[in-house]
Amino acid sequence: MSRALAILQFLAGDAQADRVVPPTGFTARLTVFVSATMAFLTVFALALSLATGRLAENWSDALAQSATIRVSAPDGQVEDQVIAVMDVLATTPGVADARALTDDEQRALLEPWFGPDLPLDTLPVPRLIEVIETPEGFDAAGLRARLAGEAPGAVLDDHTRWREPLVRAADRLRTLGLVSILLIAATTGAMITLAANAALAANEQVIRVLRLVGARDAYIARAFVRRYTLRALAGALVGTLFGALAIWLMPEAEATGNFLTGLGFRGVEWLWPFTIPPLAALVAFMATRRAAFATLKERR
Amino acid sequence: MIEFDEVSYGYGGGPLLADVSLRLAAGSFHFLTGPSGAGKTTLLKLCYGELIASQGRVGLFGEDARSLGRDDIAMVRRRIGVVHQDCQFLDHLTVAENIGLPLTVSGRTATEEDLGELIHWVGLDGQRQSRPPELSGGERQRAALARAVVMSPDVILADEPTGNVDWDMSLRLLKLLVELNRMGKTVMIATHDLNLIRTAKQQVQARVLRIASHRVQLAGADL
Ligand SMILES: Nc1ncnc2c1ncn2[C@@H]1O[C@H](COP(=O)(O)OP(=O)(O)OP(=O)(O)O)[C@@H](O)[C@H]1O
Ligand SMILES: [Mg+2]
Repeated sequence: MSRALAILQFLAGDAQADRVVPPTGFTARLTVFVSATMAFLTVFALALSLATGRLAENWSDALAQSATIRVSAPDGQVEDQVIAVMDVLATTPGVADARALTDDEQRALLEPWFGPDLPLDTLPVPRLIEVIETPEGFDAAGLRARLAGEAPGAVLDDHTRWREPLVRAADRLRTLGLVSILLIAATTGAMITLAANAALAANEQVIRVLRLVGARDAYIARAFVRRYTLRALAGALVGTLFGALAIWLMPEAEATGNFLTGLGFRGVEWLWPFTIPPLAALVAFMATRRAAFATLKERR
Repeated sequence: MIEFDEVSYGYGGGPLLADVSLRLAAGSFHFLTGPSGAGKTTLLKLCYGELIASQGRVGLFGEDARSLGRDDIAMVRRRIGVVHQDCQFLDHLTVAENIGLPLTVSGRTATEEDLGELIHWVGLDGQRQSRPPELSGGERQRAALARAVVMSPDVILADEPTGNVDWDMSLRLLKLLVELNRMGKTVMIATHDLNLIRTAKQQVQARVLRIASHRVQLAGADL
């Protein structure tokens, strides 16, 4: 708490102390611009990370414990095979529950493709059996072998087969998003260090005079650090607002099906972007402080 | 206050000052003379930690200058007011702000009255809000003197403080320094102006140090 207070006091500063360093032209604008741009990019990297994180979670949660068995057979044999499959499933370890879909349910599944008036009974549509796994899961290869013996028309559709690479890809995307954020932070730090060093070099004479009248390193450094911290904060605030606005204005993802789960922020996730400006200020604070003390140490 | 024990200093090619021993006692008043290039400014820089002796010991308020870190030097400079020969200011601040700068950087605030009185003393009432580049050479020196004494330092080192001002103003500045010395401040003035030294000797007990052939000698009454 007292630390937060100290930081606030530092930012509020004392105007007179701040004025001992003259305004620094292009380095000031560079800092604001870099912070704004980087904050803007960070918003997207953040949105990407959160969305892919959500995606990976959805996929692994909702689909983790289910599989489907398709039974297609010549007329009249379908029902027998379904019963055979159910028998097999009943004795398969790792299967928590199994249930053949009703005609209505199948019709609902197919409706988006074929319309509502599908004559299910006259079409050779395979029957679907939904299998719910126990947390340990079943041995897919073993089940397949038994099904081949008992019900030759049954095909086990094990979601994990296609799900796993997708979940891994989503996880990877999230990691990439986080790495991007770190890279953006590092780049911001480097750019601000560069700007601060340019300002320190341009103000060599000012530093000399301040030294001669008894200014301590901390005092001289503070005049620079405060300035750059505030600029980074202001720039990042603008960049974040624009970034958040751009995300907010993005087309609703629901319209295209839940597949991408929306690249935006959901609910409290909207608070995340607003951690960017303080973090940008922190990066600027540390970068400028290091640059200032290094310069001051160099020159006696 | 400030002590030199067999101090030598050179910028590279050969020593400029050799075996200098001197003592600026509290409340003393010294003049430092010598031909141009003899090393007067150099000696003053050794006194406020801008330069570090190549040999020997410079004691500043009892501390060995060599052992002082940058922050210690800053604290020393708050106790030593310096009028630099080249009078450097912060050009983006007003004259008044520049004069108050030592207070600002040490976290104190000058009262309007004190600062105003000081500025009046050095005759810069009309230039308070000017920027340093707009000042004449003499005005710069007066502003530098005001800045040197604004902290009420223990020691005042003045490098040619009257180099660019007329005789009347020289006397006025001298009077200010003598006044400060009477208040107990230690004063050292580097100057070529023998008339100034003579006049001062009538007002205050002043010693005259002369730099000649790399050494510092106490000049006799033969000025
Ligand atoms: N930074 C420096 N690097 C190298 N040589 C220097 C430096 N500063 C001064 N000198 C040399 O040291 C000598 C003494 O310089 P200093 O400024 O101490 O002389 P001074 O007695 O103050 O002269 P003046 O009366 O002209 O002000 C000069 O010859 C000068 O050229
Ligand atoms: Mg000189």
